[in-house]
Amino acid sequence: MTDAVATGAPAPAATYDEPSGRAPRGLTVILMFAALVVLAGVVLLPIVATALGGFKELGELHSNPIGLPSVWVWSNYWSILTSLRYWQVLGNSLLIAMLTVALTLALASMAAFTFAHLRFFGDRFLLNYIQLGLLFPVATAIVPIFIKVRDLGLLNSYWGVILPQVAFSLAMAVLLLRNGFKQLPIELLDAAMMDGCGYFKYFFYITLPLSGPILSTVAVIAFVGSWNGYLLPLIVLNSESRYTWTLGLMAYQGEYITSWQLVLAFITLMILPAILMFLMAQRWIVAGLTAGAVKS
Amino acid sequence: MAATTYAEGQPTAATYVEPARRMTLNGWAVIVIFLPPALLLFTVFVALPMIEAGWYSFFNWDGYGPPQKFIGLKNYGYLVGNEVFARALINNGLVIVASLLVQLPLALGVAMTVAGRMPGAVWFRMIFFLPYILADVAAGLIWHFMFDGDYGLASTITGALGLQPYFLLASKDWAFSAILIVILWKYFGFYMMLYIAALQGIDKTLLEAAEMDGATPFQRFRHITLPLLGPMIRLSVFFSVVGALQLFDIVVPLTGGGPFNTTHTMVSFLYYFGLTRMRIGFGSAVGVVLFLICVTFTIGYRRLLMRDD
Repeated sequence: MTDAVATGAPAPAATYDEPSGRAPRGLTVILMFAALVVLAGVVLLPIVATALGGFKELGELHSNPIGLPSVWVWSNYWSILTSLRYWQVLGNSLLIAMLTVALTLALASMAAFTFAHLRFFGDRFLLNYIQLGLLFPVATAIVPIFIKVRDLGLLNSYWGVILPQVAFSLAMAVLLLRNGFKQLPIELLDAAMMDGCGYFKYFFYITLPLSGPILSTVAVIAFVGSWNGYLLPLIVLNSESRYTWTLGLMAYQGEYITSWQLVLAFITLMILPAILMFLMAQRWIVAGLTAGAVKS
Repeated sequence: MAATTYAEGQPTAATYVEPARRMTLNGWAVIVIFLPPALLLFTVFVALPMIEAGWYSFFNWDGYGPPQKFIGLKNYGYLVGNEVFARALINNGLVIVASLLVQLPLALGVAMTVAGRMPGAVWFRMIFFLPYILADVAAGLIWHFMFDGDYGLASTITGALGLQPYFLLASKDWAFSAILIVILWKYFGFYMMLYIAALQGIDKTLLEAAEMDGATPFQRFRHITLPLLGPMIRLSVFFSVVGALQLFDIVVPLTGGGPFNTTHTMVSFLYYFGLTRMRIGFGSAVGVVLFLICVTFTIGYRRLLMRDD
């Protein structure tokens, strides 16, 4: 199972072709290509229509929902871009996602390092204990989590979102990182120990610097999960100044329910950062999200 | 982090003989410093809440003060007779069926065409994967617009056919199909990527040998490609089912469980009927049921079908 995507690093541009290395030709190719173009159109249509809809007046949206706007109205976008709430929800999401990533990486890599290199009484048990987290999603325990967050006084705080997010990403992160750390040549550890380098130095100066790809895989998974998360922020955050962008989006839609053109502009601006990031770091994101899934 | 603790754990002369084998003071320091933070956080926010869900589910409790009204299994009893919950279970089942029968075959078919040297293959892959990186709530709202009978694609279609505006999401019979469409749109690209990775791992000499022996393209697919994709297909089925069981984010912006509570999933039922009404015991019972389904499925599936993968 682990062989299909060998590393978390960008996969080489390997191809799967018909035998003899020649590309398929002729009519088949044209038909397949046409089918792909149609499918791509269907996939892109809702996103493009949403972005264009943000440039229309409500009236035109009614008469011409998915075509190009006859008059490009910039005020919808402009009013959102100059509003505090847009930047506030983006900032909140960014802060929560970055802290989630940092904490996940720190806690999971320390635990994974211990499980990878040290044998002690109960090590299998503790590893299996953390792996239990792979068995069920956060939704199953969301009611007691709400009670717990409330009793800890973390309601409506960033930490109330971050800590459960980190806790639920630990199982997968520890698994991925432990496997990654174990793949580093054991001779490195032996040699380092021989030279009097303790485990701590080894961890910071050898293990972490050599584990870039797997660390970035874990980081991508944690970041995307946090950035797109909805259920946890929904139960924890209740003042608009703390809202993440997913909550802000739903609140905005509730407020401007009769003004689709504004809602569409708001959606577009909200998904824009994710799309830009995807376009810039496409290979890393795809590799991270798929490799992470495959390797668990 | 604990950068200052190196010194106390320096290996002694004895460890040079058998490095990394014998447990040293340094090793114990690692265990004592590196493990507890993760274990503590996991215990507080994952393990304990799951146990507490089991405990709370025996109470009629509004979340204030300690749980006191012990009612045994009554919360579970309410679930058995609850029509909305039954409908939610069916809806989760529908998502699984649609994923297995439509989503995964489509993903495999597309993967077969864009894994090779089809012109623009890289672009197609990127486009098909794009919806996957959007948040479910954003995807849900985008499609809420598309399905809107007054302003969306739906209005374009009814307008072109000269029909009355039709509100798919307000239809008791068809609203959940709309949700299925959105799921298909959002997630098939992810499975396509998984299949592409698997296809690229296939040894091409096998296919060449088969071609030389006169195997037709279909035979090559049926007897070489498909069996070699087995592990990835079993894995993708696993993800589909687990993902379907926890479906929530996409339901809220599309229907919020309506119309007439026909489009709930287990998690949206848990949220709307347990948490928002502060029926903590009842909501916990739903969580426990979902937990049991997830665990049974995960363990059973891994034992039975993914043993060798």
